Amino acid sequence: MTFRVHVRIIPRSGLLDPQGQAIEHALGALGFSGIAGVRVGKAIELGVEARSATEAETSVRAMCERLLANPVTEDFIIETEGA
Amino acid sequence: MTRIAVIRYPGSNCETETLAAIVRAGGDAILLDYRDTTLHGADAVILPGGFSYGDYLRSGAIARFAPVMTAVTELARAGGAVIGICNGFQVLCEAHLLPGALQRNEQQRFVSRPVDVRIERTDTVCTTDYAPGEVIRIPIAHGEGRYVAEPGTLAQLEAEHRVVLRYVAVPGSDVPFNPNGSMNDIAGICDSTGRIVGFMPHPERLADVTLGSDAGQRFFTSLVRNVGARSLV
Repeated sequence: MTFRVHVRIIPRSGLLDPQGQAIEHALGALGFSGIAGVRVGKAIELGVEARSATEAETSVRAMCERLLANPVTEDFIIETEGA
Repeated sequence: MTRIAVIRYPGSNCETETLAAIVRAGGDAILLDYRDTTLHGADAVILPGGFSYGDYLRSGAIARFAPVMTAVTELARAGGAVIGICNGFQVLCEAHLLPGALQRNEQQRFVSRPVDVRIERTDTVCTTDYAPGEVIRIPIAHGEGRYVAEPGTLAQLEAEHRVVLRYVAVPGSDVPFNPNGSMNDIAGICDSTGRIVGFMPHPERLADVTLGSDAGQRFFTSLVRNVGARSLV
């Protein structure tokens, strides 16, 4: 069956994230207070043909390690619908 | 004659300037397509600048899996010279032929202007015709040129003297220092042998006196000489 898999890719903590900083400043300028640690990443959705959610997730993990994320600068979180 | 290949990906730029710089240096320059599966007898490869595959996902992330990269990686493993300029540097990092990564410029803007860089190594395959510590002014043009690496990697690069080009503040200079927020002001690095070299500046864009300066030309004279002589570091 086909599983809908969501991948969130986030800049590694500790690494400078200029986009996150710019957004944090903009939010402050708009009057939103108490905002900290804004980080901007990517969201990737995939339809994955697999026998189980675990199998789909294992396959997407390999995709993240090979292509979707850069291990030097990014962390990733995988969520499978219905898992 | 020393044959040097320049790879053209969808979205490459300055491949023509790079080919011309090789020819002026006395080399045999050939343009290869990213779908080629052999290097057509080339002794060295230059990955040019640009925006391969539109910089989709990450700069260089998709180009590194282009068909020609199998042959490029084999050449690198066999001790051949592989040079990455700008986007080519990003491709070499994504391909793990060089450590670290290139991130969005600190100030969030594309920067296209001359910069002052110091030649930190004159024993790599493409820098032997420069004087140690020489400062040259060549152009950069990138949105993602901020070099980052894990602290251990960065310390190792410095300990092994693998920073080839570094942005420098020249007193009284009218160009900005460290234009992108790179760690340790790094503009270019090499592998442990000095045969795989990547850098953000574009020497091929300022390599002919008719353009006002040929400060970048010696990267190409060095490369042609060293690859031809096989007298690599």
